[in-house]
Amino acid sequence: MKNLDKNEYFFGHKACAGCGGALAVRIALKTLGERAVAVLPAGCMSAVGFNFPQLAFANNAIISTFAGTASMLTGIVSGLRARGETGFTAVGFAGDGGTADIGIQALSGAIDRNDDILYICYDNEAYMNTGVQKSSLTPFGARTTTTPAGDRIRGNIREKKRMFEIVAAHGISYAATASVGYLRDYVEKIRKAAAVRGAKYIHVLAPCPTGWGTGADETVELAAEAVDCGLFPLREFSDGKFRVTIRRTPNAGAIRAHLARQGRFRHLTEEDIEHVISLTAARSNHL
Amino acid sequence: MKKPYLRAKSAFSIDEYPDSASFTAGYLTTSNGGWRSLRPRPDASKCVMCGQCYLHCPDGTIYLDDATGSYAVDLDFCKGCGICARICKPRAIAMIPESAV
Ligand SMILES: Cc1ncc(C[n+]2csc(CCOP(=O)(O)OP(=O)(O)O)c2C)c(N)n1
Ligand code: SF4
Ligand code: SF4
Ligand code: SF4
Ligand SMILES: [Mg+2]
Repeated sequence: MKNLDKNEYFFGHKACAGCGGALAVRIALKTLGERAVAVLPAGCMSAVGFNFPQLAFANNAIISTFAGTASMLTGIVSGLRARGETGFTAVGFAGDGGTADIGIQALSGAIDRNDDILYICYDNEAYMNTGVQKSSLTPFGARTTTTPAGDRIRGNIREKKRMFEIVAAHGISYAATASVGYLRDYVEKIRKAAAVRGAKYIHVLAPCPTGWGTGADETVELAAEAVDCGLFPLREFSDGKFRVTIRRTPNAGAIRAHLARQGRFRHLTEEDIEHVISLTAARSNHL
Repeated sequence: MKKPYLRAKSAFSIDEYPDSASFTAGYLTTSNGGWRSLRPRPDASKCVMCGQCYLHCPDGTIYLDDATGSYAVDLDFCKGCGICARICKPRAIAMIPESAV
């Protein structure tokens, strides 16, 4: 951690106080340095970074279409190579909606071509920039504006999509999950990814106080707690093999406490919470 | 240390808008300090220089002040989220209400 770039490449942005996504982008750019060329699709990180005439990125950064993060990364790599540039990293920062829903086709294509790109999905578990709509990475039970908490249906009825497994199933060069609550692990994974030639994917859990109904000061703690209680395992995929980087056994009491402190889960019944606990245990056995 | 900074020219007329998608990187025209209701105040006498506050700040507004050798806060851009105070093991950062400073 000592040799992170001292410069700030994502600074003065307009993200809400305590934004996990902003922390994920800031730390990634401090790890990659000024030769990182960033692509940001529609979503909070582009909305808070580019407000003409303000540009909160100090490195080269560009907004892509919502669906086109990966294809723009491919284009940047080809374009810079054609100009004879070397020693740069084309890095994308897309939200969970931008990645697991609308951008999945472009991402799948880029992985299939094994283009030399680093794709980082900052997962705040909903479409935050447009006012908290459910995405396929919204977890079971979470209240969003499109999955309200009613008497019969209490929040999201679907499970969180297994995006990391989907990416790994392409036989990608390198993939990992990470959390802004474990920055050392996140930085190590970015460094590893940057050293690999080919397609790389990092899925980083990035709490959103606005959408989760949590305090601005709780972001880092929540991101660590999600890992510690077993809900969000930290993993790696390389050379065709899965590995757990920080192993935690799911703990029912800790999961309960983790859900209880978030506004988006406050409506859950005992039965719903039991369901979350059993889903977590099932996934953990699967690892 | 390099980082985006406030520029003298903040207003642009429509005919000054760039024709292409390119514009100067790290160009800021408004500060974020006014968002704050609480202000972090690091106490150098309690600080063990672990750097955790600097690392975890989503806004990158904690920096090592070369002049004093201690961690300081860029109050033009700190939003007062309180993450730094919470991550600090020796509790060297107090969050003070803006109304009290
Ligand atoms: C093709 C297209 N559809 C819809 C939108 C509107 N839109 C902008 S940001 C956004 C939400 C993005 O959600 P996510 O990718 O999870 O990022 P977050 O805002 O949560 O950071 C949507 C739906 C758009 N810009 N383009
Ligand atoms: S809505 Fe959430 S993700 Fe978007 S800027 Fe605010 S805290 Fe960050
Ligand atoms: S986290 Fe606390 S002890 Fe560590 S550098 Fe910051 S103020 Fe000092
Ligand atoms: S209060 Fe938040 S924005 Fe301000 S220095 Fe601390 S962590 Fe950074
Ligand atoms: Mg999102």
